[in-house]
Amino acid sequence: MAGPVLEMRSITKTFPGVKALSDVTLTVAEGEVHAICGENGAGKSTLMKVLSGVYPHGSYEGEILFRGETCEFRDIRASEQRGIVIIHQELALVPYLSIAENIFLGNEHSTRGVISWNETLRHAGSLLKRVGLTDQPSTRVADIGVGKQQLVEIAKALSKEVKLLILDEPTAALNDEDSRKLLDLILEFKEHGISCIIISHKLNEIARVADSITILRDGRTIETLDMKATDEDGGSTVTEERIIRGMVGRDLDHRFPEREPEIGEVAFAVEDWTVHHPIDQQRKVVDGVSLNVRRGEIVGIAGLMGAGRTELAMSVFGRSYGRGISGRVYLDGKEIRTRTVPEAVGHGIAYVTEDRKHYGLNLIDDISRNISLSALSKVAKRGVVNQHEEARVAESFRSTMNIKTPTVFETTGKLSGGNQQKVVLSKWIFAGPEVLILDEPTRGIDVGAKYEIYTVINDLAAQGKAVVFISSELPELLGMCDRIYTMSAGRLTGEIPRESATQEVLMRHMTMDRGN
Amino acid sequence: MGSPVKTDKNPPPPAGGAAAAVKDGGAAAGAAGLLLQAARRNMRQYGMIIALVLIAALFQIWSGGILLKPQNVTNLIGQNSYILILAIGMMVVIIAGHIDLSVGSLAAFVSAAAAVMIIHHHVPWPLALVACLLIGAIAGAWQGYFIAYVGIPSFIVTLAGMLLFRGGTQIFLEGQSISPFPRGFQKIGNGFLPEVGPHTNYHNLTLLIGLVVIAIAVVQEIRDRRQQLAYDLDVLPRNFFLLKLLAIVACCVAFTMTLASYHGVPIVLLILAGLLIVFGFVMRNAVIGRHVYALGGNQAAAKLSGVKDKRVVFLVFVNMGVLAALAGLVYAARLNAGVPQAGINFELEAIAAAFIGGASATGGVGTVLGAIIGGLVLGVLNNGMSLVGIGTDYQQVIKGLVLLAAVGFDVWNKRKVGS
Repeated sequence: MAGPVLEMRSITKTFPGVKALSDVTLTVAEGEVHAICGENGAGKSTLMKVLSGVYPHGSYEGEILFRGETCEFRDIRASEQRGIVIIHQELALVPYLSIAENIFLGNEHSTRGVISWNETLRHAGSLLKRVGLTDQPSTRVADIGVGKQQLVEIAKALSKEVKLLILDEPTAALNDEDSRKLLDLILEFKEHGISCIIISHKLNEIARVADSITILRDGRTIETLDMKATDEDGGSTVTEERIIRGMVGRDLDHRFPEREPEIGEVAFAVEDWTVHHPIDQQRKVVDGVSLNVRRGEIVGIAGLMGAGRTELAMSVFGRSYGRGISGRVYLDGKEIRTRTVPEAVGHGIAYVTEDRKHYGLNLIDDISRNISLSALSKVAKRGVVNQHEEARVAESFRSTMNIKTPTVFETTGKLSGGNQQKVVLSKWIFAGPEVLILDEPTRGIDVGAKYEIYTVINDLAAQGKAVVFISSELPELLGMCDRIYTMSAGRLTGEIPRESATQEVLMRHMTMDRGN
Repeated sequence: MGSPVKTDKNPPPPAGGAAAAVKDGGAAAGAAGLLLQAARRNMRQYGMIIALVLIAALFQIWSGGILLKPQNVTNLIGQNSYILILAIGMMVVIIAGHIDLSVGSLAAFVSAAAAVMIIHHHVPWPLALVACLLIGAIAGAWQGYFIAYVGIPSFIVTLAGMLLFRGGTQIFLEGQSISPFPRGFQKIGNGFLPEVGPHTNYHNLTLLIGLVVIAIAVVQEIRDRRQQLAYDLDVLPRNFFLLKLLAIVACCVAFTMTLASYHGVPIVLLILAGLLIVFGFVMRNAVIGRHVYALGGNQAAAKLSGVKDKRVVFLVFVNMGVLAALAGLVYAARLNAGVPQAGINFELEAIAAAFIGGASATGGVGTVLGAIIGGLVLGVLNNGMSLVGIGTDYQQVIKGLVLLAAVGFDVWNKRKVGS
């Protein structure tokens, strides 16, 4: 194969307060399938957004060479004109338009603003044939499955004369059959000289299609592995173990507060919990999960994107996610009903969301009212809120949680991420729960605030509460938890006690395909 | 601002008065900061109060002093009472993140029902009144059910309601007007409190009520301040607080004297005052009020915090139904007839009042007092423009521009604060 089709040199991208990419280098050879691996938050998606012009030239440092020419993309259109097409994890199709309309959206076959339907349908038909879809181009996208929608996205990419196709987690939402077809298609494109970058968590898939792998960690390039390298026995030297080591092998540079766990009886248990996708009701998002948490214990749940951790937590918490939910929930050995959020809260369960902006806070309201919302009755008498008492409560949380704000009447939308998170935690601590489910409680906040939040979590455990800790950061789980469950594709794939847990062990369980 | 260091750098202040002001700049700056903070938080409402005062002053001068004459003030209250009642309910609906287009038609429907019951069937009017409020509640529950439990957008459900109740009104009245109502019922719309006591040039009972209101307001303000101090919260400095008290008293005295020198307190004003107090309290202090704000501000977060979202939305619409019924009754009583074309465009006036008074189109923001102020801005504009002889064609143009300007100012102001 010829020289590189793409070279990204010394790419550095900084967001306010965070260095998302630092000095990243990526070289993709002509006509190869190049995989990018890394944990959640390693910078994979950011790198692809830099490449495709979502982050325009000038907002990052470094150089991009595509087919030997320097590229300075101002937007996605500019990169598409050169033949670089990205297909995002969340499909960008308009559900109520036809396949053909979607393929040519923004790029219509038209003369002087009038669409030529015959040309559109003919061209769409030939593109569909190339990706192996037999549906009529006039079918509504809403009427075909996710797997086929993915193929429509690819057809759309082909319509743009794609030279380099970027796929972000293309098989995350697909079943085995559809995944296999998609991977075959990628290999077929390779024969036709289309280079491809694939981002995936599924290491077995990568091993199957990729020619080389670049591993990112904490916004840096760690290494590029050649999949065709073989040892003396003729087998590939690049095993899944090898990739995992590259993905997780970082120093434990986060610090965790000391804790002496005092673990009591089982306080909270979920048995045989199954949840179906709210729209695609055939798909099991959580499949037969059973787990338990003891008093004073912090139990972690590890899993990659799409493993079903948040879906598990939200469905247990008042069926806030999914359909066709089955299973049992126990509190202190007694089965309880948690069919609505008030029921779950009433039994002393609290869920601190991973998405505080959408599900955690009323951003246009002030701190004190956000803190009191889930337990207003505690500051109210006969349905009337005592605002002075409410302000006093908020004030006490401000000092104990160290929320940095001039007053508790400040709008929560103006606080930094770490302080917003402290408000969400205050809200649920004020509700006085026995079981706390914390979903990514330290996402997007700085190291100092993280330490403060770890301390709060340890205090809660010391008070005898049961804590479930969902996180994508393995060092955090290893530093905080007494026991860690791993999930993959909706199933529990492991239960690992603190003593035997390492990042490699966790990652191996997290990348297991469909249990064992 | 005004710190000694700064005055040294700048040329010395020209007048002695300015120099004196600089002297206790420290305390004044702190107080001004506090005021500014409060003002920024309630920018829209303070802005609208100022706008209301300016508009009233403009028309007072333009109309040669007619606008604020006792008779005209009394008239203003009566003319706008039903819109104000609707605006209170509409504000709650909009805070919850919804809209109600049906209130004008529902008000008409209820006024027709009242006319048929009282005039055709000779139902005693107090009984009919209760029945009418119940009809409003049922109509609200009907719409609330489809919005909250079935999940049809409120815009569509209430658009359907608008047609439904309008049609119902015409069927009920068979296209005819029905009148007259008995005297007792009419008083709801255009009655006054009775004359009592010795003959003075003023309405005695009104003076008494004025005094009581002033006393309660002053006591309430002082108690609030004490409690805030006890909880260690920031309060206005003493001087500013006294100034605020003085302003409140002055406003109450002026308003009382104006009403007392005509027929006294209109009954409908008592209804409005009662609604303002109850809804102001509920929205600010009651748990359910909080839940309404939380739902409008972030429905997903409120739901995950255990707010019973469906029930709250349902109750908000039941409440709107009752208030629409009340508005319809007041309208019928004032007009002394049930007419098929009653209440046309009421919903639009109420919605405009809520938005002028500080509601946000996305929900979660607004106060009941704001709705009243917004309604009064519209009312004074209507009345003032009629007094100076501006035609209804131009009146509509001007009202449209005022609505656009009020909301535009708010959007602009928010963007400035946000950046």
